[in-house]
Amino acid sequence: MSTDVAPSNDKRTEERDTIVIRFCGDSGDGMQLAGSQMTNVSAVFGNDVSTLPDFPAEIRAPAGSLAGVSGFQLHFSSNDIYTPGDEVDTLVAMNPAALKTNIADLKRGGTLIVNSDSFDKGDLRKAGYDSSPLDDEQLLAPYDVHKVEMNRLSRDAVDGLGLSPREADRCKNFFALGLVYWLYDRDPTPTHEWVNQKFAKKPEIAEANLRALQGGHNFGLSTESFRVHYRVPPAKLAPGKYRKITGNEAVAVGLATAAKLAGRPLFYAGYPITPASDILHELSRLKHFGVRTFQAEDEIAAMAAAVGAAFAGEFSTTATSGPGICLKGEAMGLGVMTELPMVIVDVQRGGPSTGLPTKTEQSDLMLAMFGRNGESPLPIVAAATPGDCFWMAQEAMRIAVEFMTPVILLTDGYIANGAEPWRIPEIEELVPIVAVHPTEANSPEGYQPYLRDDRLVRPWARAGTPGLMHRVGGLEKSDGSGNVDYDPHNHEHMSQVRAQKVANVAEAIPEQDVFGAPEGDVLVLSWGGTYGAVRQAVKTLVEDGRSVGHAHLKYLNPFPRNLAELLDGFQTVLVPELNLGQLVQLIRAQFLIDARQYNKIQGKPFRVSELVEAIESHL
Amino acid sequence: MTTDLPVLTPKDFASDQELRWCPRCGDYSILAQFKKLLPTLGLPKEDFMVVSGIGCSSRFPYYVDTYGFHSIHGRAPAIASGIKCVRPDLQVWVITGDGDGLSIGGNHLMHAIRRNINLKIILFNNQIYGLTKGQYSPTSPIGKRTKSTPLGSIDNPLSPLSIAIGSEASFVARSVDVDTKHLSSILQRAAHHDGTAFIEVYQDCNVFNSGAFYYASKKGIKEDNIVYLEHGKPLIFGTERDKGIRVNEGNRLEVVALGRGISEDDLLFHDELAAEPSLAFLLARMRHPEFPEPVGVFRSVERPVYDVALEEQVTAALEQSGPGDLEALFNSGDTWTVE
Repeated sequence: MSTDVAPSNDKRTEERDTIVIRFCGDSGDGMQLAGSQMTNVSAVFGNDVSTLPDFPAEIRAPAGSLAGVSGFQLHFSSNDIYTPGDEVDTLVAMNPAALKTNIADLKRGGTLIVNSDSFDKGDLRKAGYDSSPLDDEQLLAPYDVHKVEMNRLSRDAVDGLGLSPREADRCKNFFALGLVYWLYDRDPTPTHEWVNQKFAKKPEIAEANLRALQGGHNFGLSTESFRVHYRVPPAKLAPGKYRKITGNEAVAVGLATAAKLAGRPLFYAGYPITPASDILHELSRLKHFGVRTFQAEDEIAAMAAAVGAAFAGEFSTTATSGPGICLKGEAMGLGVMTELPMVIVDVQRGGPSTGLPTKTEQSDLMLAMFGRNGESPLPIVAAATPGDCFWMAQEAMRIAVEFMTPVILLTDGYIANGAEPWRIPEIEELVPIVAVHPTEANSPEGYQPYLRDDRLVRPWARAGTPGLMHRVGGLEKSDGSGNVDYDPHNHEHMSQVRAQKVANVAEAIPEQDVFGAPEGDVLVLSWGGTYGAVRQAVKTLVEDGRSVGHAHLKYLNPFPRNLAELLDGFQTVLVPELNLGQLVQLIRAQFLIDARQYNKIQGKPFRVSELVEAIESHL
Repeated sequence: MTTDLPVLTPKDFASDQELRWCPRCGDYSILAQFKKLLPTLGLPKEDFMVVSGIGCSSRFPYYVDTYGFHSIHGRAPAIASGIKCVRPDLQVWVITGDGDGLSIGGNHLMHAIRRNINLKIILFNNQIYGLTKGQYSPTSPIGKRTKSTPLGSIDNPLSPLSIAIGSEASFVARSVDVDTKHLSSILQRAAHHDGTAFIEVYQDCNVFNSGAFYYASKKGIKEDNIVYLEHGKPLIFGTERDKGIRVNEGNRLEVVALGRGISEDDLLFHDELAAEPSLAFLLARMRHPEFPEPVGVFRSVERPVYDVALEEQVTAALEQSGPGDLEALFNSGDTWTVE
């Protein structure tokens, strides 16, 4: 642990419960790296953490431009936390553009650390400043400002290693990180290990980064500018072993787990798309789990290949985002018609069209419900947090296999890229999925692929099984035999059977729970990645003695079977969503209640404060 | 073991479904040859899979008693690729047409071929959209009058084989629906090829595009309009087998009459094994009526097969890392314990 800083003559250590820090700079400044390293050391230290990476869609927007600003926000705490935080305590800004786009989020009295070497005329012009904001006393007055010559100091730190000035400058994110480590009394060991591993083949770069890190630390320790540093004690999380996990990692691990526990290989077909690509990356490394990944030529092919693998009789899955889910609609409909199990992960992002590829939104719910031709129902589940993606990915696969249907798992850019501590489950906590495949004909007339059980589920014969040869397809078919059938009454019957089968899933999912008041004035009904912010807002109000409950839906189609009763217990149902109102329409339509809505569509998650205000307006 | 298998006949592969193609459709002939082929391959019925898209030809799987998937328009190669990724042991046939395979599904066709995934693809080319009742297709000639081109098509057609060769196909062949003996031999060759086998079959849509391929199928006419490709042999054709194809000094193909100082040795000799696809491509560009159109195997080469390589990667990963251990997976990266 960090003991080497303690006895400095004029440096105080103060304790804080919770800190929100944001690193921001140009896309090339390594802010995502600095943020994720700070997250790692904080998590390993035992804080609860919640992160919000926020980066531009362009890999390299013009350097120094406002569009090119990349940020990483980290909330670390000794308490149980639910969100990356509304306001920032400490802002690290690497250039004028970053300062300009982020200063509004820094709370009054907050700490501002700027790289003053990056405020020359050119940088200022690119950020649209006429004069340097660092000379603007009025602007900076509310903050504790530290102007640090990071370029020069980084060069000094790596002096003698033979690096070019350009290479030396690239170490400045580690310098900033080192300064922050000192400021928050972090043990840098995990970062040392990471650097040595990452740059094992380039020891001079590893050495340079470590020196810059140490340089930043020393700067904090020795300069008079910093008089106080802070300690955030470990959080009191539930006992257990933890790791940091992002939503995309958790989806991948969850899918691999579902297949492994069932003793089956996993097929994943995908087409690279932000922010879903990491699922493909993670799964492609798991070949030793029998995972077969297929990078298809397009989204359509990825969905189609997933349908093919399901027909062959294997656990099958795909993931996408944005316009990708539109392209998948056609083959998803084929999955519905042929009643084959597969999981479609939709990591929602800002739309329509290309929209905001790297920003979060919850605007695909209606598309998931209705975005296919014809009456094409399928079950929909949604993950609440990064770690929950692990569980909901398994749930999605369980429902798919148990009910012979495609299932959509909705996540979003916020939980997909965001990280939190994840309590590592014991293998015994996990429930294996049992996939049943017939080996013999199910009727005297031979194998009937659409002969259903009492839950209306059809059998799943694996290709290659002797005697069970059969044909499926996109045309309407006779119940039982599966033969092509255009009879009007048969079509009505089949449409209803497909709908009823999905409705039957309600009996196989848990009842909806409610946090806070089980009945009363306001029920806040949310879904997906807004869980953390909504829960924190409701918690705040409940602790204030207000009559508020929070139901967070993870099953969106069908809804949990007790939902009607639960909604009945409140005077007002308020549905906050990061869209223009989608769940609220489903609730109004299905339960005939005057559900109210609260919406935000800025590509950013809810702030707790705005939710508190919105809920209060209904109390 | 194949020796334990009951002896199968074409009848064993007939499904109980009523055939719904128009009378005298070229599809019947292809289906018949296909059903004759399957019992000769030494595989049990359940090891075959037939996958199709949408169109007249795509009804095919319903009429064969194997595992079958009549899927959606143009996507059969993608669906079949998913099947092969998880079940490389199955022999998967893709049935498609000129609209299904080259228009709406062109992208999937190209990429399946590029990967050399172990699929046998038969493209029924009738130069027309039949199921939607007679619009021009990507292989219809310029000037073709159809329901959607009352003044004649202004779309330049493409050559299925050029697409296949351009997509790095390892096996490319062409046959004609009613040339049953030839078609049968080509299907046989495709079935035994490792990797994607692509076959274009000239198929007569006698309702919407009747006679489009008479030049290549009618006895007494076809002899002057097609040239049979045989590996290692010169390209000779004509009722009297008195004409041949020669590469001239400008490196272009030309039709020459044999005799008068031109012997067989002066002709182009077919080499289906050529590593470099230029010859196959040159042959694929031979169009009626300027040239006789080649039928037979244009190209048959060995190259790594996608589904085999995928399986090898999985096996190698298993050998290197051992069977996936969930506990190790969960605990990867930095961990910490809360008491």
